Amino acid sequence: MNKLFNQIAINIIRLIAFLVVILLALLIGKILGDGLPHVSFKFLLTPAKAFEAGGGISIQLFNSFYLLVLTLLISFPISLGAGIYLAKYAPKNKLTEIIRLTIEILSSLPSVVVGLFVFLVFVVEMKLGFSIIAGAVALTFFNLPLLTRNIEEAIASVPDLQLEAGLALGLSKWRTITKIILPESLPGIITGIVLSAGRVFGEAAALIYTAGQSAPAVDFSNWNIFDEASPLNVLRPAETLAVHIWKINSEGIMADANQISAGSSAVLIIVILIFNLGAHYLGNLIHAKLTSSR
Amino acid sequence: MKDEIQARILKKSKESYQEVWGKSLVIFCTLLICMLVISIFVFITSKGLATFFENHASLKNFFTQSTWNPNMSDKNGKPLVGALPMILGSFGVTLLAALIVTPFAIGTALFMTELSSKKVRNFLQMVIELLVGIPSVVYGFIGLNVVVPFIRNHFGGSGYGILAGATVLFVMTLPTVTSLTVDALKAVPKHYRQASLALGATQWQTMYHVTLRSASSGIYTAIIFGMARAFGEALAVQMVIGNASLLPTSLLTPASTLTSVLTMGIGNTVMGTVGNNALWSLALVLLLMSLFFNVCVRMIGRKDK
Amino acid sequence: MQYNLEEKYIKKFDNPDTTAISTEHLDVFYGSKQAFFDGSLEFQKNKITALIGASGSGKSTYLRSLNRMNDSVATVKGKIMYRGIDINRPDINVYEMRKQIGMVFQRPNPFSKSIRENITFGLKENGIKDKSKLDEIVETSLKQAAIWDEVKDRLDSSALALSGGQQQRLCIARAIAMKPDVLLLDEPASALDPISTLKLEETLLDLKKDFSMIIVTHNMQQASRISDYTGFFHMGNVIEYDATKDIFTRPKIQLTEDYISGNFG
Repeated sequence: MNKLFNQIAINIIRLIAFLVVILLALLIGKILGDGLPHVSFKFLLTPAKAFEAGGGISIQLFNSFYLLVLTLLISFPISLGAGIYLAKYAPKNKLTEIIRLTIEILSSLPSVVVGLFVFLVFVVEMKLGFSIIAGAVALTFFNLPLLTRNIEEAIASVPDLQLEAGLALGLSKWRTITKIILPESLPGIITGIVLSAGRVFGEAAALIYTAGQSAPAVDFSNWNIFDEASPLNVLRPAETLAVHIWKINSEGIMADANQISAGSSAVLIIVILIFNLGAHYLGNLIHAKLTSSR
Repeated sequence: MKDEIQARILKKSKESYQEVWGKSLVIFCTLLICMLVISIFVFITSKGLATFFENHASLKNFFTQSTWNPNMSDKNGKPLVGALPMILGSFGVTLLAALIVTPFAIGTALFMTELSSKKVRNFLQMVIELLVGIPSVVYGFIGLNVVVPFIRNHFGGSGYGILAGATVLFVMTLPTVTSLTVDALKAVPKHYRQASLALGATQWQTMYHVTLRSASSGIYTAIIFGMARAFGEALAVQMVIGNASLLPTSLLTPASTLTSVLTMGIGNTVMGTVGNNALWSLALVLLLMSLFFNVCVRMIGRKDK
Repeated sequence: MQYNLEEKYIKKFDNPDTTAISTEHLDVFYGSKQAFFDGSLEFQKNKITALIGASGSGKSTYLRSLNRMNDSVATVKGKIMYRGIDINRPDINVYEMRKQIGMVFQRPNPFSKSIRENITFGLKENGIKDKSKLDEIVETSLKQAAIWDEVKDRLDSSALALSGGQQQRLCIARAIAMKPDVLLLDEPASALDPISTLKLEETLLDLKKDFSMIIVTHNMQQASRISDYTGFFHMGNVIEYDATKDIFTRPKIQLTEDYISGNFG
């Protein structure tokens, strides 16, 4: 009796796992199968069209990457500092626990709430308007806790023996951390950055009211950062790829809205897949390089 | 020679300044993040409460009435801010999604940790990691193109509604919940299982009475994480829920959630008006709920220790 | 058997000029728990002093307090006198002090850099930039640590590729490259095999002419082989401190005798 019951239960578990695998396979199949046929160099390199069919995603794609770079430029130094503090300086007391909790809370805030806060403070109060820089600030907010935790873990994984070795030579703790411990934790830090990049790249809810929902034409030959038409201008509104998918599904009127969404979705998850694989690959590569006997 | 060394030991050196400078820098970075979090709470709380203090909306009506039309007033001259439909909508999709996701996540996690070979487990792990990374708009888009038509054709109605929202959230949170559950199951020491099997318990009895029980707090944490993510998710839900701020009468009628109303509304209201303030009140509810989920996770973690 | 921890013998030295470093009434606390009680020892110049005792007897805690490596985890009360200065004072420049009082740890901890960089890193940070000067120090300190012949052909390969014993001698070379006055060694041989241990001991005996050394060891034979003075630690107290030959042949305290003869507890 017990045996029969056991058999049934085990088979149910197998069935559930099987169903989940099928579901996930169908999901990935659907995204790539529907989307890839629409992805072409023309699709990637032409600007979007507002009303008629045949538009591409060039500006949105550029915006997504540019926003990612700006976000990392702002969030990396802050996260690095906080990561170092939490891993090596923070005393084990109540205050540190509260700081950790605060950072954890930031990571669990709904992205739409973060987006609204940045909208309220930067877009409206500081009169930045819908702009890349406001978008980068919003993404920074929810990148900070993830990146800080990754960096903290990477630094903490370097044995304390290394710190002691530096201190015993009469070096300052700061110098030992920056010169000995950081280089050693670099693989972990880089993996963390690339993984967080994947998450930032796909974010949309925090961007709708910060970076905006329009992608004005930019002139890719104009690299004057202060010029309105320059792709590098940080004050121009910049719809990203993820926002584009949402936008055309909510109010798109072009005939091929569905194909464009499918194509964009495929591009989005391929980029994120590259980030994820890249994170593992880069981490291993740097690790091998650092520990190899030259 | 001797005096020189004495003097060096008594004087501040390059290292002393490096240390002060470096430590101040990292403390500054850490405090900056904390300040950001505090300012988010202060801003959204003050904005969210303005509806009740400045515009004199009734807090009771906010949670119990179902008419959301902030620019109109009721017979007492109070703005019509009944948020019940959105609150029910948010809880509806979240709970329903959690209800579906729990057995699937636990089943898959059990399969991965207890029944599958290492190869299969690593493959599944990889697939799940990949799925965690898929952006929510992509889930929304698939929901719009697959889930909504499917529900329309098989269950009737327009296809938009709580069922569609919950289904999308189920697929979206499945990878996260599964991977956290796998972590919880992996943390159960091997000898627990061996002891149980050695006592003659069947594989299923061991899983049910030993493995799942020892991992229970980890599994609760996984489910709450999934719910927190579902509750705060905006776009994927907004795309399939139907966006009608009506009290949901069934799982198949168009409804709305806190996040969907926020997403649709902020762009269409003017800063400082009742309509705008009312939306910030919804954001405040979201904020408090995310805090609540956090507290739950903490409590479970503490009980575990 | 209950021992009286008040029964102690601590050797005193009359000539302050032969003392490299000493402590006066040193107490160490971890939080509210006291781990070491009232230690007053004088360590002699150009001698090896061994600190022995069971695990948890407080010998490592005491040693690590001497160059204030315990600052972040423990509270140390009392005086640590070095060159007439109490280096336990809060206003002391611990970085300069540690350049005089170096340390080698229980587990070999070379930086994950090349063998050469392991030696030069601290020197460069100290402002020595001249290439030929650096090369010279690398060679002399590796020779002093008796590892030069083994690594001279691969100075630029990773230090992590060395064996445990070689790594530990590299760590000694790294410490003495800073030209310290006193060298603290915290069970430096505990992670090594017997052959590496003997080699390390020879190295330490050679270094005696240039440095004053204090070594924590759980190995009594080692203490008797290499040290000039020995301190016996028990439950956070120094029970007996005397010349090594006296401690091992005619200890003055019953507890010491029992520990050394192996009739413990």
